[in-house]
Amino acid sequence: MSLVQLKDISKSYKLGEVEIPALSDVTLDIDKGRLVTFIGPSGSGKTTLLNVIGCMDRPDSGSVTIDSRRIDNLDRKGAARFRGENLGFIFQSFNLIPVLSVFENVEYPLMMIQKTPPAERRERVMRLLEAVGMADQAEKRPDRISGGQRQRVAVARALVTNPRLVLADEPTANLDKKTALDVLDLMRAMRDEFGTTFLFSTHDPRIVEHADVIHGIEDGKLVEHSQFLEGMQSHD
Amino acid sequence: MINIFKIAIRNLMRYKRRTMLTSLLIVIGVCMVVLFSGLAGSFKSMMIGIITDSSIGHLQIHKKGYVASIDTLPLNMNLSAEQYKKVAGVLDGKPAIEAYAPRVKFGAMLSNYAESTSVRLSAIDPVREQRVCTALYTRLKNKHDPAEPILKPGEVIIPERIAKAMKIKPGAPVVLVATNKDGSVNGMEYTMTAVIEDILGPGGKDGYMHIDDARKLLRIKGGEVTEIVIRAKPDASFDKVVKGLMAELPGLEIHTWEKLSPFANIAGMIDLMIITVKIIMIAIVLISVLNVMLMSVFERIREIGTIAAMGTLPSRIMGLFVAEGFSLGLLGTVAGLVLGVAGLLLVKALEINFEFGRMKGLVLRPEINVSELLVIGSIVLLAAVLAALQPAYKASRMEPVDALGHV
Ligand SMILES: Nc1ncnc2c1ncn2[C@@H]1O[C@H](COP(=O)(O)OP(=O)(O)OP(=O)(O)O)[C@@H](O)[C@H]1O
Ligand SMILES: [Mg+2]
Repeated sequence: MSLVQLKDISKSYKLGEVEIPALSDVTLDIDKGRLVTFIGPSGSGKTTLLNVIGCMDRPDSGSVTIDSRRIDNLDRKGAARFRGENLGFIFQSFNLIPVLSVFENVEYPLMMIQKTPPAERRERVMRLLEAVGMADQAEKRPDRISGGQRQRVAVARALVTNPRLVLADEPTANLDKKTALDVLDLMRAMRDEFGTTFLFSTHDPRIVEHADVIHGIEDGKLVEHSQFLEGMQSHD
Repeated sequence: MINIFKIAIRNLMRYKRRTMLTSLLIVIGVCMVVLFSGLAGSFKSMMIGIITDSSIGHLQIHKKGYVASIDTLPLNMNLSAEQYKKVAGVLDGKPAIEAYAPRVKFGAMLSNYAESTSVRLSAIDPVREQRVCTALYTRLKNKHDPAEPILKPGEVIIPERIAKAMKIKPGAPVVLVATNKDGSVNGMEYTMTAVIEDILGPGGKDGYMHIDDARKLLRIKGGEVTEIVIRAKPDASFDKVVKGLMAELPGLEIHTWEKLSPFANIAGMIDLMIITVKIIMIAIVLISVLNVMLMSVFERIREIGTIAAMGTLPSRIMGLFVAEGFSLGLLGTVAGLVLGVAGLLLVKALEINFEFGRMKGLVLRPEINVSELLVIGSIVLLAAVLAALQPAYKASRMEPVDALGHV
C-alpha cells in the first residue's frame, strides 16, 4: 500500500469576491521510500499541495491519507501532534533557530516535541550530524555556517525523529546549483539509510532529474511532466 | 542540552539593549518599592513601638462609654474593685497577655504656691505600669534606671510644658487640688521629682503619680480603677485577644492602641502609600514586559511558524514565551531586590536623625523582612508572567502556514 494517498483534493483561496483555485481534483499515490518531486511554475500550487499533505492546511474537499490515517480533518492540536510524530520538514530558507547551536537545533524536535530520554537524544543527534557531515560543527550557531551547511543541518533536524515522510518546499531555491545537488544527494543517501520518503517541490528543472518520481503541476492540476519540463527548459 | 528557560534567556540576550532597558525599568520599580516599604514601614513600626511602649500599651480596658467621654476624664465611669478583680482574674488566665496595670485618671489643679494650672494625671502602680509600658522611663527628661520604679508615693511627674511655664524644678513641692466624684474638693502636697516629655495620643500629655496617692486625693474607697492597660505577647494578634476578652467581659470596652491613638491614621496612610507604590511598580512591570514580549513575538513570527510546523504543541509555544517574560522579570527582580536592600543598609549605616511632632532625636533604622522581599519578588514575577500571557497566547494561536509565509 502507498504511504500517501490523495483523493480528489481541491482547494481554493478567496480574495474578496474572487475565488482563486489553488488545487483542483488532485488524486495521487506516493509509495514508501521514494524521492518524489513536484515541479511547476510559480503559483501552480506546489506549496499548497505540500501544506495539505503536511497537515498544515485543510483541503476544501477530498481526502488525504498518510500511513492509512485520514489527516484532512484533524484539529489544530491533533494536526500538530501528527506532524511532530510522523513528519519532518525542510524549508526553503533553512529556518534554523538562531539562538540554538547546530547540535541543539537537531535536538529540538526530540526534546520539545517528542520526549526522548537524554542519552538516546545525544546519540541520535550525533548520528544524524555525522550522516549529514556536520558533526564537527555541532557547537556552532547557524549564523556561523554556510547556506548549504544550514540546509544539511535542517535535513538532520527533519530526520532525527525518524519520520515516515519528509516534506520540503523548494529546499534548494536558496542554494547555488552545486550545493543544491549536494543536498539532493544527501536526501537520497538518507532515503537509502533510513528508508524515509521525501516529497519536495522545485521549479528548477536541473534538480528534478535527481528525483525518483516527478510530478508536474500547473494551475493546481497534475500534468504530464516530460512535456512540461521541455516547456520550461525551452525558456532557459 | 536545551530547555525552555535556556531558550528564553538566549532569546532575551539576542536583543541585549532592549532587554537591559526593560530590566532597568523593573529594577527601578522593585528598588523603589523595597526602599519605600523599608523606610516607611520601619518608621511606622518604630512609631507604633514608641507610642505603645511608652504611653498607651497594646490594649486598654474601660467601663463601656469611657473612651467616648475621655476628654472630660469622668470619675463616675471607673471600674469597681470587684470588676477590677474579675478582669484581673480573666487576664491572669490568658497566655497571650504578658502584663497588665491599673490606672486612675483624673483632672486636677496644680499649684506651686505662686500660680496654678490645670493638669491631667495618670495615677499608676509603677512596678506594674513599667511591665506594660516598658519604655515609659525613656520619656523622663532626666536619666532614669529602668529597673527602678519611676515614682514612689508622695511624688509626681509633671509634663515638660507645665514645668517650663511654671518654672518648677525637680524636688520642688507642689499641691494638687481635685474634685472628687461627689463634688467635694481636696488638696494634697507632693514632691515634683521628674519632668516627662509629651507623646502623641490620649494620655500623652499627662502627668504621673502613684495610684494610692490618687485614691487618697480623690477619697476613693477600695480599689477602683479608671483603665487597665495591657501588654500582649510579641506574636499575639491584638484583634484575637480583644475578641476573647470581649466574650468574657461584658459591660466593658476593650480597645487596641489603633482605636485609641491618632497615629493609627498615619500608619494607615503609610500602608496606603506603600500599596500605591507597589501598584505603580506592577504597572511598570506589566507595561514594559508586555511591550517587549509583543515585539518579540512580532519579530519571531517565522520562527514560530517553523517550530509550529515541526509539530510543537501550542501549549509548548505559549510556555516558551511565558518563560521569556518570567526570565525578564526574574532578572529585574533579583537586581532590584539586591539594590533596594543595599540602599536600606546604607540608610541604616548613615543613622539619619529625624523629628516627629514633639519627639526629637529619633534615628531611622530601616528594616525589611525576608517575607516582605519574597512578596515583592513574587508580585513582580506574577506581573511579568501575566504580561507575557497575551503575546504568548498570540504566538501559540498562529497558523504555521501563515507564520511561515510572513517576511
Ligand atoms: N494565502 C493565499 N491567499 C490567496 N491566494 C493564495 C494564497 N496562497 C496561495 N495562493 C494562490 O494559490 C495559487 C497556488 O499558490 P502556491 O503558493 O501553492 O503556488 P506555488 O506553486 O507554491 O508557487 P511558488 O513557486 O511561487 O511558490 C496561486 O495562484 C496563489 O496566488
Ligand atoms: Mg511555493
